[in-house]
Formats: sequence, C-alpha cells, structure tokens
Amino acid sequence: MELIERVKALLGADVLDSHAHRGDATVLVPLERVRECLRLLKLDPGLAFNVLIDLTAVDYLGREPRFELVYHLASLDAQPRDDAPSAIFRRLRVKAGVPENPCEADSICGLWEAANWYEREVFDLYGIRFREHPDLRRILLYDEFKGHPLRKDYPKERRQPLVGPRN
Amino acid sequence: MAAPATVPTRRQKGDLHTETQLISMGPSHPATHGTVKIMLEIDGESIVEMDVQVGYLHRGFEKECESGTWYQAIPYTDRLNYNSAILANLAFCMSVEKLLDCEIPRRGQWVRTVASELSRMGDHLTRLGAACLELGAMTPFLYGIEARELVWDLQEMLCGARVTSNYVRIGGVQREITPGFLPRLAASLARIEELLTDFDKVVTSNRIFVDRFRNTGMLPLEKLIAYGVTGPLLRAAGVPLDLRKAEPYLVYDQIEFDVPIGTTGDNYDRFLVCQEELAESIRIIRQCVPVLEKTVGEPMNVADPRVRWPAKERVFGRMEELIQQFKGVTEGIRVPAGEAYAAVESPNGELGFYCVSDGTGKPYKVRCRPPSFANVAPMRDMLVGGMLADIVPTFDMINMIGGECDR
Repeated sequence: MELIERVKALLGADVLDSHAHRGDATVLVPLERVRECLRLLKLDPGLAFNVLIDLTAVDYLGREPRFELVYHLASLDAQPRDDAPSAIFRRLRVKAGVPENPCEADSICGLWEAANWYEREVFDLYGIRFREHPDLRRILLYDEFKGHPLRKDYPKERRQPLVGPRN
Repeated sequence: MAAPATVPTRRQKGDLHTETQLISMGPSHPATHGTVKIMLEIDGESIVEMDVQVGYLHRGFEKECESGTWYQAIPYTDRLNYNSAILANLAFCMSVEKLLDCEIPRRGQWVRTVASELSRMGDHLTRLGAACLELGAMTPFLYGIEARELVWDLQEMLCGARVTSNYVRIGGVQREITPGFLPRLAASLARIEELLTDFDKVVTSNRIFVDRFRNTGMLPLEKLIAYGVTGPLLRAAGVPLDLRKAEPYLVYDQIEFDVPIGTTGDNYDRFLVCQEELAESIRIIRQCVPVLEKTVGEPMNVADPRVRWPAKERVFGRMEELIQQFKGVTEGIRVPAGEAYAAVESPNGELGFYCVSDGTGKPYKVRCRPPSFANVAPMRDMLVGGMLADIVPTFDMINMIGGECDR
C-alpha cells in the first residue's frame, strides 16, 4: 500500500513490521522509538498525522512482549475548500510492544493533549506506566481499586474492597 | 464604641476577603445531564481551576465483551449511549464485518441508514432540548421531547424497543421493517418539522438564550484538533469533518446532504450546527424512503449462515438451518484472526470500534473509541477563565454521555 511505503520512507529502520489487513494501514515500531516516530509522523508536511484519534492497549498474555500499545492516528486537513465535499481524512495505526517488566512507555502528552486522558485510561485498565506523564492518576476507576481489570489474568468476577466515603 | 485598632474591620480597604473557594459540582447535579464530578476552584464567579472527573458509570464494557460471543456484545453497545444506541450497534457490527470481510445487501444498507439517522435525530433532540431545560426554559424542552418521542416510536416499530434497540446484527439487521413503518415515518417527519420550527422560534433568537450561549466555551481550533475533538464541536469551529462524507460508509455516497459548519466554535454555533443537522437527517431519510419502497422483498442480511443465521421461517421448518442457528447461538460466529477499526459519525463525533480476533468464537479485544471521552477532556481548557454560569451551556453542548464516556 502506498501509504505504508511513505511511512517506511520517513521512519526507515524503525518500521519493524507493517500490514494493511482489511485496508487498515498498520506499522509496528520499537517501544523506545515510539514517541520519536509519532513526532515525525505528526510533523512531516506530506503525511501530517495531526490527530490522535485513539490510544489503547491489548494484553497478549503468554506472548513476548506481553502488551501492545495501539495508536490510531489521522491526518485532517482543517481548511474548508471548494473542490472537496468534506475534510480530508487519512488514517494510520501505529503499534508498539510493551514488556511486562518494566511495564512502561514514553508519554506523548507533549505531542497531543488528547494523550493525557487516553494514557491515564491505559494506565488505569492495563497498568502500563507512562514516563513524563504530567498527571498519571486512575481515570475510570477509583484510587483504592486493586489491579488492572483489562489484563487477561484479572478474573472478571473478582470482588473489590468496599470503599467508604472520602472527604 | 469603636473596635480596637489592632482588629481590622472587614470593610477596611485592602483587606477584602479574597481567597478562592473549592466547590464540588456533581457527580449528580440537577443542571447536568451526565454523571460527572467537577472540582471547581472559583474566585467569586470566575473559574480559576477545574478538574473534571469521569468514570462514575464505568461498567467494564470491554471486559464483558471479551467473555461472551461476538453477538453477545451487541446489547452491551446499546448501553453506551441511550440516545443513539443504533449507531453504537452499527459501529461495532461494521468493525466485525470488516474482520469478516463481508458485504451487506443493498436493502440492508438503506435500512441501516434510516435507522442511523433516526438515532442521530433522537440524540440531537435530547441535546438541544435538555440544553434549554438546564438553562431554565421548559417549553422548548417539551417540543424537543415530543419530537424525540416520535423518533423513539419509530425505533420501536423498527426493533421493538424505544431506547436499547439491539437492532443491527453482524451481517445485517434484526428484522424486516414492519408494514406500517413507512407511512408512519412520513407522518412523524412532518410533525417533527413543525416542532422544530416552533423550537426555533422560541429559542434561537431569544435574548436570554443567546447571551448564555454566545462566546462561551470556545477553544482555538489547534487545541480542538490536539484534543482529538470530532463531531459538532469541531464542525462548529469551521472544519467540515463528517465521516459520512470523508469516509462514506453505508449508502451515504449515494445521498445528497450538506455538512453544516460554524465559524467561531462557541456554544451558539454548536447549537446551530446541531439544529441544521436535524434538518439534514430528515432530508437523508426522505431520500431513503423511495429506495425502501422499491426494494421490498430483497434480502437484508448476508446469505452466509456462518455470519448471520437464517430467517426464522426456515429455521423452524428445515433441519440444516436449525443446526446452523443452534451452532450460531451456542458457539458464536468464527471471526478470522486479525484486527480492524471501523468508525461511524455519531451525533457526538467519531464513534469507532477497534476489534481484535484470535479466530475463536469470542472477541479477544473490543475497544470502543468514545467521542464523549475525547470531547470532555478539553472541557477544563474551554472553561478556565470563564464564569461559573458557562459550565452548564458548555457541558450541554459537549453532550457528554456517561455510558459512552466511562464504558
């Protein structure tokens, strides 16, 4: 696919793997390079992936590395124009494997404000810590919650301690 | 007798009581239709700092999806957004269909389009009506809710439920439209148009309303993009991004409609954009009706029994079809291993599902990309520096849906 070739030309050896399964352009990059790769993809004038649509993780328990961060990027041309009926939108999925130990990745809050809440959610539900995140608190669950429920080894039926009111 | 000189009186100049105060707004607040807690630091009536805390409606949607079959996840998607459940059904099913690589028959696509637009109308009517109610205007709320009832009655005719539709299926839709649906649709749309006109007359140029909405809750365009904001909030700021046009799905490329955009991106523009979109939805549905009339009797579901089990008449009459349904229910459909992301234009913005399959009958991962979550995140930046009274109209126009934001 043409888009993947352009991404490979930009990122070079950082593209470990790529596919376009069902038309979704996807590249896999090394974890320690993910912030730099995303920065290049955002700032490159031709590709201009300026929107972070989504960030999530997947737990592949039993595989090495165990987790995978999944970034969904989009390129949005914000200028209204006469020849196009709508804004131009192009998508790319960037993935990076995260080992179980240390379960850490670089924060990309400096690139997109949207990353702040998404990273908090991934931390909350998967326990992946983001280095240099300005405010890494739980977001959907409460502070006293034990464990990270979207991990595959967290049983669905597990009970949590009852937490009283706080002041 | 005068007070001792060492104890300054409160009126003394330069000693005004000026410390800021902390206020906790929510999680259940009468003027917000969403379960969210806002910790406010206010100086008089100005907002100095705020922390928006979501998560009160977290039900473990993604975890639940992983423990059932692909079909069993569809009713959970209903509960993401009580106003536009059909669109959540649709986004999930489209993502699974992308993994299966199957194409829905023509009639199914047109029916899905009608259902989507009805769903969008229900959502926008609630947003606009509730926004008025929370600013103290009861009458326009009732106009909006009467119109929404008509929409929900139509949804009930489609799938038997007013709110939690569970209508869209992987590989098609739940059932054929009922015989009286199209005449009822035409009558309801005409009545909704009347109600929208009344609504417009009461609200849109009302001085009190305009003063509350104009120039409030604004955020520069670069910020909106950096926050990944989509939907009416982004369109109100002048970006014509609508997935129905940008990445046409269903039959939107065969339908004529416009994408309304605003200029300043304030709450008033957001309101007007939603109002225009209601009119566009009616226009879209009216274009679908002739096609539905023309294609009566055509299949709506994929013919492959491994994806969508056969119609009930055949299940009850023939052995093979009975076995196919039995296997479909007990084992679930087998989705080829892989990953896919599909998104629809929901009333709040891009509603996407990222599904990962490992080839068994159960989803390995179902991720919902909720538009509300992305749209609530910039709320702090929209409001800090503004007035306490701006919170309610801004929150209304963001239209945070707790079920979808917290999942």
